[in-house]
Amino acid sequence: MTPLLELRGVVRRYQPERPPVLDGLSFVLDAGEYVAIMGESGVGKSTLLNVIAGLDRPDAGTVTLDGHELTALDDDALTLERRRSMGFVFQAFHVLPYLTAARNVGLPLELLGWAATEREARVTAMLRQVGLESAAERLPRELSGGELQRIAIARALAHRPRLLLADEPTGNLDPRTAAQVLALLRDQVKVHGGAGILITHSRAAAATADRAFEFDGRELKSLPTG
Amino acid sequence: MAGQGRSRVAFAVLTAQLRDRPLRLLVTIGAIALGIALTAGVYFVNASALAEFARATRALTGTADLVIDGGRAGFGEQLYGALAARPEVAIASPVLEVDVALAGGGTLPVLGVDPFIAGRLQPALYADLVGSFVDLLPPRAIALSAAAARALGVGRGGTLKVRVGSEELPLEVVAVLPETAYGRRLGVMDIGSAQWTLGRLGRLSRIELRLASGVEAQRFATSLRLPPGALAATPAVAEARAATLTRAYRVNLNMLALVALLTGAFLVFATQALGTLRRRAQFALLRALGVRRGEIEAAVLLEGALVGTAGGVLGTGLGWLIAALALAHFGGDLGAGFFDGVQIAVEAAPSALAAFVCLGIVVAVAGSWLPARRVASVAPAKALKGGDPELAGVARHGGRVGLGLLLAGTAVAFLPPIEGLPVAGYAAVALLLFGAVLLVPAFAATTLAAVPAERGAIGRLALARLRGTVVQSAVSLAAIVVSFSLMVAMAIMVHSFRDSFERWLGQVLPADMYLRIAPGSDTTFLGPAETAAVAKIPGIARSEFRRLTQLSLAPDRPPVTLIARPLGAQVLAQLPWVARADRLEPGRPVVYVSEAMGDLYGLAPGATLALPVGGRVREVLVGGIWRDYARSTGTILVDRTTYEGWTGDALVTEGLVWLAPGFTPGGVGAALRARLDMGESLQVVESTALKERSLKAFDRAFAITYALEAIAVGIGLAGVAVAFGSQALARRAEFGVLRHVGCSRRQIRALLALEGALLGALGAAYGLLVGTILSLVLVYVVNRQSFHWSLDFVVPMGQLAVVSAALVLAAATTARIAARAALGEAAVRAVREDW
Repeated sequence: MTPLLELRGVVRRYQPERPPVLDGLSFVLDAGEYVAIMGESGVGKSTLLNVIAGLDRPDAGTVTLDGHELTALDDDALTLERRRSMGFVFQAFHVLPYLTAARNVGLPLELLGWAATEREARVTAMLRQVGLESAAERLPRELSGGELQRIAIARALAHRPRLLLADEPTGNLDPRTAAQVLALLRDQVKVHGGAGILITHSRAAAATADRAFEFDGRELKSLPTG
Repeated sequence: MAGQGRSRVAFAVLTAQLRDRPLRLLVTIGAIALGIALTAGVYFVNASALAEFARATRALTGTADLVIDGGRAGFGEQLYGALAARPEVAIASPVLEVDVALAGGGTLPVLGVDPFIAGRLQPALYADLVGSFVDLLPPRAIALSAAAARALGVGRGGTLKVRVGSEELPLEVVAVLPETAYGRRLGVMDIGSAQWTLGRLGRLSRIELRLASGVEAQRFATSLRLPPGALAATPAVAEARAATLTRAYRVNLNMLALVALLTGAFLVFATQALGTLRRRAQFALLRALGVRRGEIEAAVLLEGALVGTAGGVLGTGLGWLIAALALAHFGGDLGAGFFDGVQIAVEAAPSALAAFVCLGIVVAVAGSWLPARRVASVAPAKALKGGDPELAGVARHGGRVGLGLLLAGTAVAFLPPIEGLPVAGYAAVALLLFGAVLLVPAFAATTLAAVPAERGAIGRLALARLRGTVVQSAVSLAAIVVSFSLMVAMAIMVHSFRDSFERWLGQVLPADMYLRIAPGSDTTFLGPAETAAVAKIPGIARSEFRRLTQLSLAPDRPPVTLIARPLGAQVLAQLPWVARADRLEPGRPVVYVSEAMGDLYGLAPGATLALPVGGRVREVLVGGIWRDYARSTGTILVDRTTYEGWTGDALVTEGLVWLAPGFTPGGVGAALRARLDMGESLQVVESTALKERSLKAFDRAFAITYALEAIAVGIGLAGVAVAFGSQALARRAEFGVLRHVGCSRRQIRALLALEGALLGALGAAYGLLVGTILSLVLVYVVNRQSFHWSLDFVVPMGQLAVVSAALVLAAATTARIAARAALGEAAVRAVREDW
């Protein structure tokens, strides 16, 4: 089976006199997989995420998503690929403060040019799935951290992306809300197909993934889950 | 000590922002500096010109306590004997002042004095002449000031040709006064020689009196019985009267310069408001660490003071330079034509320089005051959590106060002038403008709600953002509104003025050609023989002649102009009337006064007026009020036959000529010059050329206005750039999110350009509305009360449309450029920052 995501020999160096942040990394992710990547601060997890997302170009190696070599695309094509095929969840939620919950969720669909009726239907369905249908017209300042993160998850999955990237999604949440969000993330990845990568410091969070890895900049070493 | 430590921490954290944002800091300092430079520059030009004027006036009046002034007509010299014999009078100096026509064109003011007596009152002016008075005794001997000798290119021993009546007379220059004696152009003759040579036998212009010790000048003046047309005034009153001529123009210039300063202050406000908004979490952290509200507020105000100090110092220096350049190139009236071509050096007292530096600090601190208060009162917990800042309250309170200011401004606009100045008018403009600014959030919210949703995702996003952040957007918008509305107001006022002036020229210049005989002189005229000869020149279908002279009606007001001309029904029908009397009681002569005359002397159609003409006071009726843009001090039209009956004076100073069909102005002009043989003393001008020249003079007088308007708009746009830049940096995380969800850089730039264009359009629309309202005050209150001229209100639609479009384009471009830095790597990384 062709992997959904494949990194082959990826190198990324920011300063010539210093060691590369990513040093010949190779990695494969199949469709339907939900994996966790752990690592110390500064080891290069964000750089890895940026390279996968096409927001940063490797100095060597290739990144292939669903058979498309991302490293061969220009910025506009990468942007289109990201728009179509990826969804992001951040530690600081990053919902747009001047849009309602519904409009935040529907933002990727607007960018993809979905018709208004289809968009509204999909947004309503996503809000229902994350348990926030009644909060559709509320502004972010009226919502709690957990609710904001659920809005962010709904936004990340509204357009049925092939790949979900979640960067410390529970870093700003209390343990109970964090557990709810992690469960929601896993469920949504599995329901919508595609694959998901969870970046986390927390072993408990990593335990919710199918596989967990320790990243040291050069390679991803498997960790036991559970 | 702990308190000082906290304040130092707060200040260090805050001023670190200044170092991190050098461009924003430079723009803010630059805006204050520019506002101060313009205000200081205009002030120094005015102060230097007035100081020179005052010096010249004081040099002429010297140590006199009282001046009996008969104006251009003068009075009989027998008054001198009567006054000199009074025991209250210690010294009485007779003076004849005549503007003598020069053979080469132009005029020279000439004083006829008794050097011995005058030297006791004006020692600085006449000291040199006392010793060599014998040289002045011959009838054609004249001494020149150094400025006159330089301007006329003639020195001691040389010959100065003047025109008296129809004759050209050579005067012998027997002395040149030292530079320090008098700074302007002047000729001095022995009084007897002047009376004889200049055709003023038995006449004096004024008598300067030094009173005996203990005699109070005002009381002595009221005890005098003076002939009609003679007025008594102290030198201070005379000096003030001279300054009144230009006061309205100078005050208007100062107000314009203050517009630039106000816009700069607004830029500081906008920068501080947005900057403190962006840093609210940092301020909240400082509060959490134990820094008190007052210490935060003081730190922000100190930030403003630093910016103001830098801007004030830079601006004051620049203002001095602007004044020096303006005086050197445009003169003391900046092209308005009030002062003659005297070279004036900049006079800037250290106290004035210090005051302008302080003004920069005051303006910057004032602009920082409200943001400082707001940020100090932010609830730390909420600000640390993040989310939208609390600004809704600002919008509510601002709306109520704004409405109140609009009402107050409207009421104040109807108040009369104070000391002849439109103080209430300026106050109304300020109140209306501030009121309108406070209503910007309400206007923006209402207008944005009504804008139809765009079809494209980026358009919808731009509109949603502006609607969701309307109060923040209002700060940027306010900067545009302040500068643009003032520019619109002045553009409408100047256009109305120019349009009215151009139409007025068409009404008051009906003839094909105009003759002017040595304009401004008292010695050259056309007599009945010459006017009869003009009428016989081939090609002249009709001619009309006028006599212009001046009358002093009040000691504290400049003289009014009396124009004696034929006033038949056809001429009266063509005058630019403002009001006419329906019925006039018979038996008294009728005159027609200008609007300025009506305002200054409280005259309406049907009123009576006492005119000192021809040695008597004449009771006349005011038949109507007409518009006169040539003079703001007052003009009286009287029928020439009536005037000749009063005075026996059949001489004329101006003529109008209508051409017969088939004849050209060039040909008839040459015939006129040949027939009258007056050399450069005769000006023959075609009516089209005269109109063009007048309009050019108008444009020159308003050039400084246009420049100040452009600078104000530039400062406003700089404020917009700073605001957009600040907001763009604050929105890095938002741009990062948009990049993550699949917005290209091009789309984000389009988003910002659209936001800028929408804000620009909002600013232009609101600015046009507010500017039009302000222009009503400028046209009907400020201009009217300043210059006593009414204008027809005309809106330059095309010009405003072009400027509005330029503003929208500039705002869109500025927003796009300002965000460039925020769209790079930092945007992507920003989504992973906490703040």
